[in-house]
Amino acid sequence: MTGADTVARAGATPDQPQPFAELGLTRDEYDTITRALGRRPTSAELALYSVMWSEHCSYKSSKVHLRQFAAKAPPSAALLAGIGHNAGVVDIGQGYAVTFKIESHNHPSYVEPHQGAATGVGGIVRDILAMGARPVAVMDALRFGPADAPDTGRVLPGVVSGISFYGNCLGLPNIGGELDFDPSYAGNPLVNALCVGVMRHDELQVAAATGPGNKVILFGSTTGPDGVGGASVLASATFGDAGESAKRPSVQVGDPFTEKLLVECCLELFAGGLVTGIQDLGAAGVACATTELAAAGTGGMRVRLDQVPLRDASLGPPEILMSESQERMMAVVEPGRVEEFLAVCAKWDVRAAVIGEVTDTGRLVMTWHGETVVDIPPASAADGPVYQRPFARPAAQDVLAADDPAALPRPADGAGLRADLLALVGSPGLADKSWVTDQYDRYVRGNTVLAMPEDAGLVRVDEATELGIALATDGNGRYGRLDPYQGTQLALAEAYRNVAATGARPLAVTNCLNFGSPEDPAVMWQFAEAVRGLADGCAALGVPVTGGNVSFYNQTGTTAIHPTPVVGVLGVHDDVRRRVGVGFPAGPASLIVLGRTGAEFGGSAWAHVRHGHLGGRPPVPDLEAERRLAGLLVAAAADGLLAAAHDLSDGGLAVALAESCLRGGVGCTVRLPPGDDPFTALFSESAGRCLVAVRPGAEADFGRLRDEHGVPGQAIGIVGGDSLAVDGWFTIPLAELAAAHTRTLPALFGPVLSD
Amino acid sequence: MRIGVVTFPGSLDDRDAARAVRLAGAEPVSLWHGDRDLRGVDAVILPGGFSYGDYLRCGAIARFAPVMSELVPAARSGLPVLGICNGFQILCEAHLLPGALTRNAGLKFVTRDVPLRVENARTAWTRAYAGGEQIVVPLKSGEGAYAADPATLAGLEASGRVVIRYAGDNPNGSAGAIAGVSNAEGTVVGLMPHPEHAVDPLTGPSADGLGFFASVIASAVAA
Repeated sequence: MTGADTVARAGATPDQPQPFAELGLTRDEYDTITRALGRRPTSAELALYSVMWSEHCSYKSSKVHLRQFAAKAPPSAALLAGIGHNAGVVDIGQGYAVTFKIESHNHPSYVEPHQGAATGVGGIVRDILAMGARPVAVMDALRFGPADAPDTGRVLPGVVSGISFYGNCLGLPNIGGELDFDPSYAGNPLVNALCVGVMRHDELQVAAATGPGNKVILFGSTTGPDGVGGASVLASATFGDAGESAKRPSVQVGDPFTEKLLVECCLELFAGGLVTGIQDLGAAGVACATTELAAAGTGGMRVRLDQVPLRDASLGPPEILMSESQERMMAVVEPGRVEEFLAVCAKWDVRAAVIGEVTDTGRLVMTWHGETVVDIPPASAADGPVYQRPFARPAAQDVLAADDPAALPRPADGAGLRADLLALVGSPGLADKSWVTDQYDRYVRGNTVLAMPEDAGLVRVDEATELGIALATDGNGRYGRLDPYQGTQLALAEAYRNVAATGARPLAVTNCLNFGSPEDPAVMWQFAEAVRGLADGCAALGVPVTGGNVSFYNQTGTTAIHPTPVVGVLGVHDDVRRRVGVGFPAGPASLIVLGRTGAEFGGSAWAHVRHGHLGGRPPVPDLEAERRLAGLLVAAAADGLLAAAHDLSDGGLAVALAESCLRGGVGCTVRLPPGDDPFTALFSESAGRCLVAVRPGAEADFGRLRDEHGVPGQAIGIVGGDSLAVDGWFTIPLAELAAAHTRTLPALFGPVLSD
Repeated sequence: MRIGVVTFPGSLDDRDAARAVRLAGAEPVSLWHGDRDLRGVDAVILPGGFSYGDYLRCGAIARFAPVMSELVPAARSGLPVLGICNGFQILCEAHLLPGALTRNAGLKFVTRDVPLRVENARTAWTRAYAGGEQIVVPLKSGEGAYAADPATLAGLEASGRVVIRYAGDNPNGSAGAIAGVSNAEGTVVGLMPHPEHAVDPLTGPSADGLGFFASVIASAVAA
């Protein structure tokens, strides 16, 4: 006898009280489990169901909405594997497939910024690896509270050092992302990590335990008490004032060196055809991997939990099942290949243990030193409950919409416009991000063609053919707050436009949906609107959603964060040598603003920075116009007509001009069309616009192409000189612009240089 | 010409070093940390990365890898060896080069395109450059501050063994702004910046780094 709570004992003690509520399960959920099993669950089973049915793992509140992504998906020949896999897979041609996904690690990063962010990178990399792909790059989208808040000084440096530590040591270039600040994220930072991987079409792996008699192998790190209960308790609990300590167990700790070995080991295992099925271990660890592999495969699995290699010998079945120890994978291997499998693991110094086998019993059975502690139908745990949470548009939404920024005082002369531009480029959300990005390795693997602060990251996939992939993530919580439907479409449109601006053709979409509590009908309304907006937007743009992640409970007390859907768009670049960057060229070029500009200031950077104002309506997305604009940008890049392109978004044309000047180290002279209101021209955030610098001599060709694609454009000046000049209004020397842009983050978070 | 590139567990820039060798016109040969075998190569590169996770101390464990038991005597007998970043740290730990690499003065990992001055263009790995030539190559490291005792530093300066120096800001607090040093013979060179990431303007700030690899090929021809 081990003293474990066995199935036999559970049958004999039906009335024994169990701590389901402490594990995050409701009475109804507990009763459902009892009915499914025909008896009370054992402690191990209770642990397993509690993590599998957590919001984080089960998507129980979001599932009914997320179905729209598949239902409304536009026809796409590029999709090889869609939602439901670890990550979607996209055909980029030449026999290559790409898989990419973005995932949140918000709560752990607040509790322990360094390790929380580090393991966020590690987790998403294993997702990509489990698809059979070699991870080739990472990105991260970050949101923090006010830049000058003391707690931001604790959280931000830790998050950045965690991403730097893990990603750099793993050897993955960090090619972009986002950094923004808003009081709504104080106490709820957002740390969304994206990974992209590349494989050949025939290298796609499946996450299913098929073939009775096949062995189940757990490999990678040993299992310890890291983050036990994290999935259900940590990721799904609101940070309130009461009972914090009870709900904040230790965050898992990352070991990127082991992950690097695991990556190389897995890729060699895949290449040797030694793997029948594979799953990464993330939230809910062994519980999730065994349940999902079994549910997706033949249906049965026998596991000996006492065979799991432990780093803490005192762990029992519930802890082993719930442990979120990092750097672990689970593989299904034919018995005849086990020896070869273990030899590859040994070569890479990766620990591996056969812990079970596939059966055709339809039951997931786990034993602990000979006694049965789990005996369940795996689908009952894998499928989880589905909730139709009530949602309702809050009345306060009308008050917010009525608070139009048109009432805000605007700069009346050149000096005022100049001051506003300098304030914007020096504001924490728009300031130079080198303080952060200099801590990331963007060069490793030698294929990074574009990285931050470019509009999108661009990575070469094939050195012989110059095929590449571009990626951008975007999200704007202010727009989301004003209108979650349009705000989400604006995020999608911006990422789509950013990818196209480099010359890459947008192909597919991933998303990380960061929201408050789904139990609040107002938040649930924001969520429902965001999902509907994204699904409709993807249909309009012709790019399918291939996967994503939902993060709920981002709130302190009853105050939720701004609804912040972060949208990632992947594009393919047929020839990375033809990439277009944001920096103005050293030689002459003429500047054109593509798209239409209206007076759209709701949720704008100008209203936020100059007035601390959030109200009115966000810009109106026009997805047909976005599609035409992207078509033009891709065609113009392929024809080599553009010397630079920069999407217009936060801060409008003025900020885009400043960024392109500083990136290229060259100035420009802008002549605003007579009659145009300079404030609107410079600071409006109308969507569907892009600033391009057309190569000398290419103006006529570009004009024809622009007409063909039906994109309006306005010539606004030329590149050259050493200042940003807006004729008749103001001039800012580049040195002054650079100083305003670069000093902000070092002033807030400390100098970088040693001297 | 065949140039070996060693892969330790945790090596990251091994493929990049091999690519640079190929672009410079030589044949890259993969060497495995666990093999006591240099496969008859004409030169060896210890690439960047985090060998053995940089646990204990950067390069401290790699120094004891089986391949090093072949490499150290070969290097002492004149085999050209280039250590880049983690490779430089390993060469110092193996006592093939003097001094040590310590935590950056700013206490943060630094990725930056840095201007460098080639102080000694007579080593096996720098003779394709002109003495005093300025180049731009990425630096990316957390423990890149070169340190040595005053006598060693004075000796290195006096004997021309400071091969590469930071020409702009000192990005990590290295003594004497030293970015790379050599052994007395000029056959073993270690440097913190990554020339393998500056072999093509498409993927790096310049192609200035190619010279390191071209140099050793020229050295072999000259010999």
